[in-house]
Order: sequence, then C-alpha cells, then structure tokens
Amino acid sequence: MSTAPRHLRYVSTNRRVREDRRFVAGKGQFAADVKAANMLHVALVPSPHPAARIVAIDTKAALALPGVHYVLGGDELAGATDQLMNGLDTPQVRRFPLAVNQTRYVGEWVAAIVADTRAIAEDAAELVEVTYEPLPFVIDPEEALKADAPTVHPPHGSNVLLDRTFVWGDVERDFADSPKHLSFRVVWGRSSTVPVETFGITAAWDPWRELLDVWASIQMPKYADQIARALRLPANAVRVHQDIDVGGSYGVKRGIKHTVLCGYLSRRLGRPVRLIEDRLENMRAGDAHGPDRIFDVSLAFNDDGVIRSMKMRALDNAGAYAGRAPFQLGKPIGAIVGPYKIQSVEYRAQSVTTNKAVQEAVRGFGQSPTNYAIESAIDKVAAALNLYRVEVRRRNFIRKEEFPYLIPSGTRYDSGDYHTVVAKVLDHVEFKGLQAERDKIRQSGQLAGIGVAACLEPSGGNSSFEPLLNPKNTTSTWMESCRIHVDALGDIVTTVNTTSSGQGHETLVATVIGEILEIDPDKIRVVRPDSLESMPSNSPVGSRMAIMLGGAAFHAAQKLKQKLVAIAAHQFGAREDSVVYSNGGAATAQGDRRLSWLDLVTIAHRNWHLLPPGFEPGLETNHVYQVPTGGMLPTPDGRVQMYPCHSFEFHVVLLAIDPELGAPKIKRYVIGHDCGTVINPHIVKGMTLGGIAHGIGAALFEEFVYDDQGQMITQTFMDYLLPSSLEVPEVEIVHHCTPSPFTVLGQKGSGESGYLGAPAAISSAVNDALAPLGISVAKLPIRIAALGDAIAAARERASLRAAL
Amino acid sequence: MKVELSINGETRTAEVEPRKTLLDCLRDDFGLTGSHVGCEHGVCGACTVLLDGEPARSCLIFAVQADGYDITTIEGIAPAPGELSVIQDAFCEMHGMQCGYCTPGMVLTATALLRDNPQPTRQDIVEAISGNICRCTGYGQIVEAIALAAERLALANAPKNVPKAGTR
Repeated sequence: MSTAPRHLRYVSTNRRVREDRRFVAGKGQFAADVKAANMLHVALVPSPHPAARIVAIDTKAALALPGVHYVLGGDELAGATDQLMNGLDTPQVRRFPLAVNQTRYVGEWVAAIVADTRAIAEDAAELVEVTYEPLPFVIDPEEALKADAPTVHPPHGSNVLLDRTFVWGDVERDFADSPKHLSFRVVWGRSSTVPVETFGITAAWDPWRELLDVWASIQMPKYADQIARALRLPANAVRVHQDIDVGGSYGVKRGIKHTVLCGYLSRRLGRPVRLIEDRLENMRAGDAHGPDRIFDVSLAFNDDGVIRSMKMRALDNAGAYAGRAPFQLGKPIGAIVGPYKIQSVEYRAQSVTTNKAVQEAVRGFGQSPTNYAIESAIDKVAAALNLYRVEVRRRNFIRKEEFPYLIPSGTRYDSGDYHTVVAKVLDHVEFKGLQAERDKIRQSGQLAGIGVAACLEPSGGNSSFEPLLNPKNTTSTWMESCRIHVDALGDIVTTVNTTSSGQGHETLVATVIGEILEIDPDKIRVVRPDSLESMPSNSPVGSRMAIMLGGAAFHAAQKLKQKLVAIAAHQFGAREDSVVYSNGGAATAQGDRRLSWLDLVTIAHRNWHLLPPGFEPGLETNHVYQVPTGGMLPTPDGRVQMYPCHSFEFHVVLLAIDPELGAPKIKRYVIGHDCGTVINPHIVKGMTLGGIAHGIGAALFEEFVYDDQGQMITQTFMDYLLPSSLEVPEVEIVHHCTPSPFTVLGQKGSGESGYLGAPAAISSAVNDALAPLGISVAKLPIRIAALGDAIAAARERASLRAAL
Repeated sequence: MKVELSINGETRTAEVEPRKTLLDCLRDDFGLTGSHVGCEHGVCGACTVLLDGEPARSCLIFAVQADGYDITTIEGIAPAPGELSVIQDAFCEMHGMQCGYCTPGMVLTATALLRDNPQPTRQDIVEAISGNICRCTGYGQIVEAIALAAERLALANAPKNVPKAGTR
C-alpha cells in the first residue's frame, strides 16, 4: 500500500475540545447526578482519636431514628469481605473500609449509617456512641522509625513498609574522586490534588442478575477487579459505568474503600446505596493525601559544577495504611537524575506508617517532590561555586545528540533538546532585563528573587515500579485499547474504555482516528462502554493517554484503513500496495478507478460476494497497545525501564516578597515546554497552566497539617488554601517540539506538566530573594507566617550586628 | 415546608425541610444538577447561581430563604437546547475548563460580570472569578474565554439576554 504524502490535518491544530459543550451547559453527568430508584444514603462515623481501641459501638439511638435502615461496623464488614489490596508484600498491614477493633488516624471511618437521606444519615451518625480506649500514636516519620515508637500495625512488627537501598554505578568511587561535596535536607509537606468534586459512588446489587452496578467518580486502574476481589465476586459480576464525568482527580480518585463499603451495603440491604463524601470526609478520611517526604541529599561534583554522583534518601510518611505511598517512592527512579548526566546514584527509599490519613496517587506519582530535591541540589552547587544557576544546569544537561540516553537506574530517555529549550526561554524573558527588574524591586525595599527549575515529566504510565518494589508482582504490561466500528451507513463509533476526569480523551481519540482515516473527527462518535463491554484499559494515570490511547487509536485506525484498502484492491484486481487511500476512499495507482468510503462500507456490510476470500463481514477493528519500551521485569540489581517518554520543562519565575508580611507575590512566570507532538494544543496548554497553579499551591499554600495531638487542623477550604485566580499569575509558555521516537506520532505526555517543576522553581525564587539576608527555606509549603518570621529574625540579627 | 421558587423564569414548588440548602433543593427536588456541590462552606463557588442577577452561593442559603428571588441556574443560560450563549461558546472556543465541574459557576459569574462591565480589564475578570475555585486550568483559559466573550458581545450589538440586577 502506498499513501499520498500527507501533512497533519487535525493533529496539532487548534480544534475545539468536544467534551466542553456539555460542561458549559451544566450537562455533565457526574457521580452525584446519578439517581437510582429506591436509593439509600451513607454517612460515616469518624474516629476522633489518632489511635484508639474500639471498645464498644452503641447503635441503639441511631437505629431508632426514623429513616435509618442500618448501621454497619468494621467487624461485620471485615468478616464478609477480603482486605483491600496492598501493593507491597505486607500482608499484616491489613486494611478494610471500616476500622476493625482499632482506629489508626483521626477521621478514620468507624461505622457507616444508611438512611433514606444523607441528612438523616448524618443526624444518626451523631447518635452512634463509640467507646474508645486511646492508644499511643506517632505522627512524625523519624519518630516512627525509632525502636520504641508505637507501631501502627503491631502484627507487622514495625512501622517500616519499605526500606530499600539501590546503588546504580560506583557511587563511593565517584564521591572519593570528586573534589567537591555538599549535603542538605529538604522537606516536602503533605498536600494533595484536592479536586473540587469530592469522591462519590452509587452501588446497586441486582440479586436476579447477580450483578453489581457501580457509578463512581473514579480514575483507577483495575478498579473493577479490586472491587470484585474484596467483595468475593467474580469480576464479571461488577459492572462499572464509565460514562461518568469525573470532576477532577489528578490521581486521587481511587475510592476502593468507598466502593467496597457501598457494594457490600447494597447486597446486604437489597437496595442501591450511595456515598458522596462531604468536604470534611474528603479532606480527613478520603484516603487521598499526597507524598509527605524528607529528602537527605549528598552530591559529589567537580570545580566546574559538573555533578558526578548523588546520594538521596527519601523518607516518606505513608500514613496509617500502605495505600499507594510506597510506590510513589518507586516511580521517580525512572528519572532519578532528572535531565542531568549524573553517572552514579545511591537511592534509599523508606516508607513508614504513622497515624496520619492514607496517601493516594497524586499527580506525578512522587516525581514532583523528587524534582524539588534535585533542583534544590543544582541551586546549591551553583551557590557553592558562585556560578550562575542556569549555567550549572547547562553543564550537566544531557545533550540532544546523546539520546536515547540510558540513565544509571536503567531507564532509557527517549529524546530531548534541553539546551535549546532553555535558550529559547532565556531569550523570551530577556534574562538580563529580568535581573534588572529583580534588582529594581530590591531597591524599592522589597525582597525579590528569580527562580529557575528544569525537570522531566516521565510519561506513558507503565507500572514497572510495582515489580521493582514487590518481587511477587510480575506485571510487565500496562496496555490501553481502542475499538473502531463503522456501521452500515458509514458512520464511525469508537471507544474509550475508561473514565475521564477532564483530560479530553474523546477529543484525543477522535482526532487521531480522523487523522489516520482522513475523516473529520467531529463526525466520529466516541462512547465509553461499561467495564464488562470494555477492552483492557489501565485508566489515565502516569501521563499516559496521549501516548497509550493515542497509540491504540492509531493502530486500530491503521487496521481499519488496511481493511478498506484490501476490499478496494480486490475490486480493482490490483495488489494492495498499489492502492492509494485518501479522504476515506481508495483508488488505483493510475487513478482510473476509485471507490468512495460508502462504496467500501457497503461492500463490507452487505456484499459478501465482493469481499476478499476469508474476510469477516462488517467493518470493525480493535487494538490493544502495549506500553512502548515496556515488557521487561527489573534486573536483580534494581534497574528497570520505567516510562517510555520524557517531556521537558524549564521554569523561570520572578517573585517579590513583602518583608513585613512575608507575603510572596509572583511577578512573572515563564515556562518552556517540550512534550513532543501535541495532539490538541488547547488541552496541553490547559494541563500546563493547571499544573503550574497546582504547583504554586504545593509551594506556597497547601498542606494537611497535623498538630501534636494527631489532629488534622487544615480540613476545610478556610485553612487548606487552594490558589484562586488572584494567586495564579498570567503564565507565558514557550513551545518546543522534540518528537519521541518511541510513539506513533512523536507525542509525549503532558498531564503532569507544570506541576513537576513549579514547586522547585518557586522555592528557588524565594531562596534567591532571601539570599541577601543570609537565610534560606528548605520546606514546602513556604507559608507566609514562617517566611515573615524568618525575615524578621534575620533582620533583627543584622541590626544587632550593626549595633555592635 | 412548602417553597415556591422562581427558577429560570418558571415558578416551581417543592416540599422541603427548613434546613435544606438551595443547592440541595435545586439538585434533588428540581433535577437541576448543573449546580455542583464542592465544599459546602462557601469557598469554592461550584454551587454559584444568580439571585436577582447577582452571583450567590447556593450552598450558603436555605431553599426557604430563596423564596421571592429570581433564581438563574446554568440550565437557564443556554438560549435553546443545543444552542450556546456567547459566553458559553467562548468557553468552548478557548477551552476554559477541563473536568467541567466548576464550569457552571464560572459561566454564571462571567455572565453577571459582562452584564455589569461589558469591557472588563484582565484584572476585572481575575477579581470577578476569584471566588470560584478551578483546580484544572490555572484560570488562564477561563480569563481568555471571558475576554473573548466580552469582545464578541461588543461586536454583536445584541440585546443582553441575561437577568438584570435589582429587578426584584
């Protein structure tokens, strides 16, 4: 087959995002919009203690309230279900949706009330009398490591979920051979993605069909499998409706415990049961917090700023149960040296349980904290050698011609042109002018600083970190799929086999198929089959869908085109490779005969006598796409190909600080972004801007703070501060495109872009602003109060010295 | 108790508990699920509706208090089924959203802004939407969408098909 030379008609063009029409009209279909007949509502009784033995639960008063149907405790649920899956091999860290005998964090669900309305269920929750016997607890991860610390799960023997040291390359030799060394600690405070929509789920068990219907606000790989396993059902008895719009997720909308709880209750009570978290339940017990991490980093480097080796210890506070926290230490191994040519690395990943809430996957899956540690290290090398921060980065960057580039921990980076992106950004901002602007602000009496950060976004979500950290896990594929069906009238229907939470997958798949088939994407219907009708999918995690769903759609469309060409060749009596496909039709090489789309469709659907021998009638293709570069298990020394693609971003921030208040104000924000071929520019732009806003939150505002009594004190939007339009500056994006050689159109991921470098860049800017005072900050978020106090103390010391 | 509410130009009645918020009433009793539940304590703005044309948080007002106001929800903004208002269309043009959860509140806030201030500066737009949290977009394309809508409305020279403030 030969095709006419073809430019990109639809890919990379500013086409509208098809999902948007329903949303602007308020016609999205979110989990809370689902109404099942005879539905009951759940509210939860939260633990007021960080750790306590549950002595007794008195449900009499609650059950006496009119409209209350049931009160479920942890014992009954644990007896009837299997424990929720741990990713690691830690069978004694047992987790059920409701606490069993003991609570392990404030807010943990102790009992579930089921009533006619949510309001009645909440009233009844207050009438449940729980007798507790408080137990010793631990909040701080370093305390949790001590031998005499209270253990969160005594049968497990300690608080350590994971403690693994990897050594890639000759670290000790490189340290011994290097003339310069430095060590430091930085801390990433616990925050999360905190979508505006909380988690919601409705479960309806049909005993006559033996089928559990689930409508949920999910972004979760293998969701149906996990529900089925915990409820002891065959997986084909769980039907997840994937045509639910998810009101934001960015990783956290997993909801396994919520679903197991509602699924059990629906079977127990014979009615649909729904749980929509309120904001308080979501914040303290939605099990959706993010990484909470201490980094201790040592570097060995040359006098010219070239870094030879790095030792990094990351201690993560997982909270009360294993969740996804330990794996979020594993994924960054795939970009552990960032965009830099560091020859050898020692990485110690430690995950400990404490009496905080549970973590879930958060945008970047641990990569943004790691990038913050790496970028802090580069700034410190620059300071130690009195070199420009950008220059140190340039000297350490992998060069364009060195790709594909194998990093010490086993991942081969696909492509990049870091020097050019940085040059374009510096040119765009007129860096000297920016420095002059900073100095002008300083002269006006304010503090001011410029921040820079360069980092990677590993994309194409694989799950190689699972076998890497858990040898019993042998997963080496993380496929995504697409089916294309052409009906007898020639209209196209295609599938997305998962839920979306704003990523525009319907637009993505229609654009790619339209591109290949040379048909207007707006004419393609995109549907989301339920989980029983779906092809294999691993959901939109790990910045993967442009690569994976795009790849599956591309191949399914190519197969369809091949079928059309074969049908045409048979009519022409010509070889397939001589047929020219264009605009949905096919012609002979000479152009004397041509069959239109509808001609070919009609033959496929109606004219068996015209089909090539052995052809199935109808017109349908599908493709299950393996992750490019995936497929291998880790080596025994802990090297693995993590994700296939590596997008690059370079941030430059100008920030001023009011020295009296400590309030930072971002004056200018520029990002250089290279994610290869962009499929829809609107979508990529939005993800990047949104990621930066989220990164500003993580850097300056957002933290789940626990006091020394183990109480979470930032559990509403009054104290857990999400950036508003007033805190997010106008961001300038400088584009660059280095296609990936490993993907079908050269695309890379962008779902985590912006977020992966913004916290590092803002920290860099704040520290540049503070440098004249001789102080620095080493913990995120950088809160106004702490900043104000540190500035005041530094000024007081300075004035005391001046007075002496 | 019984409430009689004027919603999107229609009078509708429901039997509600006095403690029921306007938000829950709109969603549960009238099936107007375009108003979304975000924080339920008046910070996020996902539940924004227009009361006599002014943006208000329907999670902070009881249904029984809304009696007598002209209530506009997102369902009352589109001129006809399948047809978008200029502002809604501009949100689509600039992709001023991702997940769509905050979008109805944003569109209503923008509708009120552009009625009162047809030529807003960027800062005017930023301040107008500062009570509506969006977690997806970082606000950039929302601001662009509202600016584009202002431009198109000015060019269209069309009658403003939105409820006026102070018509109560």
